[in-house]
Amino acid sequence: MLAAIRPDSWNVPVFLHVLGAMLLVGGLAAAFSAQVLAWRRSDSGDTVALARTAFRALLFVVLPAWFLMRVGAERALARESLGSADLTWVDIGYITADGSGILLLVAIVLAGIGARRLARDGGGARLAQAATVLSAIVIVALLLTVWAMTAKPT
Amino acid sequence: MTLYDWLLFLHVLAAFALGAAIVVYDFVIVSSRRWSLPAEVVRGFRIARVGDVLVRVGAVGTLVFGVWLALKEDVYGFGDAWIIIALVLWFAIGALGARSDKIYAPVKARARELEAAGRDEPSPELVAMLRSPAAVGVNAVISVLLLLLLLDMIFKPGS
Repeated sequence: MLAAIRPDSWNVPVFLHVLGAMLLVGGLAAAFSAQVLAWRRSDSGDTVALARTAFRALLFVVLPAWFLMRVGAERALARESLGSADLTWVDIGYITADGSGILLLVAIVLAGIGARRLARDGGGARLAQAATVLSAIVIVALLLTVWAMTAKPT
Repeated sequence: MTLYDWLLFLHVLAAFALGAAIVVYDFVIVSSRRWSLPAEVVRGFRIARVGDVLVRVGAVGTLVFGVWLALKEDVYGFGDAWIIIALVLWFAIGALGARSDKIYAPVKARARELEAAGRDEPSPELVAMLRSPAAVGVNAVISVLLLLLLLDMIFKPGS
């Protein structure tokens, strides 16, 4: 519990890390909400607009937030000299952060191509749906990470 | 996991829900700069519904589990500056959130009316409502207060 009170020099990277993580979760919530609504709409105009909105949320909110979260994490670990420590919660953080980064990149590409094809000829629904599934997986991974970062299992 | 671990996890999870809700609202408000059709407004605010769920879970969860933590742990107390600041910011965010609800409810209702009447054409009335300084300003202040709350929780001034 005392770990919750840190020296101020450690707090800046921790703040950036948590801020990035919050923006990441919020951006994903917006993208996932738009993706699910697009999936359920029968009107093609609505579907295209929602798919584009989801793509914009992933590209302009989620991607920069992921970098902020990841850079903050690295700097916090360096400040706290935990980079080389063998700690389960740090390992979980690395796995989920880097794994979700790859999944998000794939989701952004699929959402972008899907939205473009939906607008062009009504195709691309499968790509947009695949991006939705990836977004859901990342949200679950982030929930697991929040648990690991707070409970800090060893 | 100890009770403390559970409380901290649930408190932080709720904080993420609250933060995520405000990001969703900010995203919808920024996106609304491009809207002029009633159907766009109706569709856009549908995305914000996830924020409505998250903000309720987050607001209640942060307060309940935060107060529980403060009661349980001897190291923390309600006289600590950072806990007082957090409570003040929490109530300020809640009050401004209610104000934001009141500002945007007529926008959503008017957009639905126009859409139901088959008048899905550019509406200067809706654009003016969406871009009113009060609407944009309240949400900007909420975002700043959330940022301050996060700073307070991490730096814990006075601890």
